[in-house]
Amino acid sequence: MSLQAFKKGLRDGIAIAIGYFSVSFSFGITAVASGIDWWQAVLISLTNITSSGQFAGIGIIAASGPYVEMIITELVINMRYALMSISLSQKLDPTFKRWQQLILGHMNTDEIFAVAMSRNKTVTPIYMTGLALLPYIGWTGGTFAGAICGNILPTMISNALGIMIYGMFLAIIIPAMKKEHPVLVVAVVAIVLSCIIHFVPAFSFITDGFSIIICAVAASVVGALLYPVSEEEEDAEHAA
Amino acid sequence: MQHNYWIYLFIMFAVTYLVRVLPLVVFRKKITNRFVRSFLAYIPYAVLAAMTFPAVFFAVDCVPAAAAGVLAAVIIAFKGGSLFTVAASASAVVYVMLLIL
Repeated sequence: MSLQAFKKGLRDGIAIAIGYFSVSFSFGITAVASGIDWWQAVLISLTNITSSGQFAGIGIIAASGPYVEMIITELVINMRYALMSISLSQKLDPTFKRWQQLILGHMNTDEIFAVAMSRNKTVTPIYMTGLALLPYIGWTGGTFAGAICGNILPTMISNALGIMIYGMFLAIIIPAMKKEHPVLVVAVVAIVLSCIIHFVPAFSFITDGFSIIICAVAASVVGALLYPVSEEEEDAEHAA
Repeated sequence: MQHNYWIYLFIMFAVTYLVRVLPLVVFRKKITNRFVRSFLAYIPYAVLAAMTFPAVFFAVDCVPAAAAGVLAAVIIAFKGGSLFTVAASASAVVYVMLLIL
């Protein structure tokens, strides 16, 4: 039973792992290009497991920026994870022990979060371990490969791999938008806001990390006001 | 580099770790407020939608190729394709488009 959950997690993590490999490959290249040793880049990936925070981080290291700047930048870019962790906390299986949360909680990346939340079951520690394992290896391995091999991978292939992560996101939101009208509305609101912030010059001061927080909070508030979820609906969902 | 790599590394790790793990440990009980529950139920989709658009169109050096990849992903996802099928098809379509364009 638990072996099955572990295998299911592994399977769900394959697409994430491949996507991560390509993204962290470019992180490895960028890190070395900005004067960081390959093992330093690998250590960053091993301990951080996040793309935008790491890219911003090596920018600061390369420029020898103040430590305070590093703290604030990481805090702002990663703040969205707090939102996701609160959301995930409600979906964790009661068998989750404190020490398991302390370890597996750090694996709550955008993509792992998305996959974990898209299941209609609670998230058990064994499933979460399976789900996080391959992406973690892919992320660290990709950084190593990128830092060592540099530009061996043809641009066309790295380009094509770069869209995988987004393909996965679409695979999660599209079926939900099709099935549930409220999700459709929430997603459309989030997309419209995100495009406005991105394309209207007056909002260009908003960083990507903040933009995601603003859009997600606003769209979810709209959803919660217009379509409050009833307890019965949730229970029905969990029973499925 | 006049600053220390290890201190940078520690800051990056510590901030990212705390932001992710603290909420998980603090919010152990089930939240009963209906509005908050609804809000949290919509968060994953809202986050994903905001992260995907418009960023996905710039994930590839050539916007039309990215658009074709998005279209392929949307169609296959709509028809119920698995995570990997959708992601791999989007990637394949982008590759073919880059070869053609």
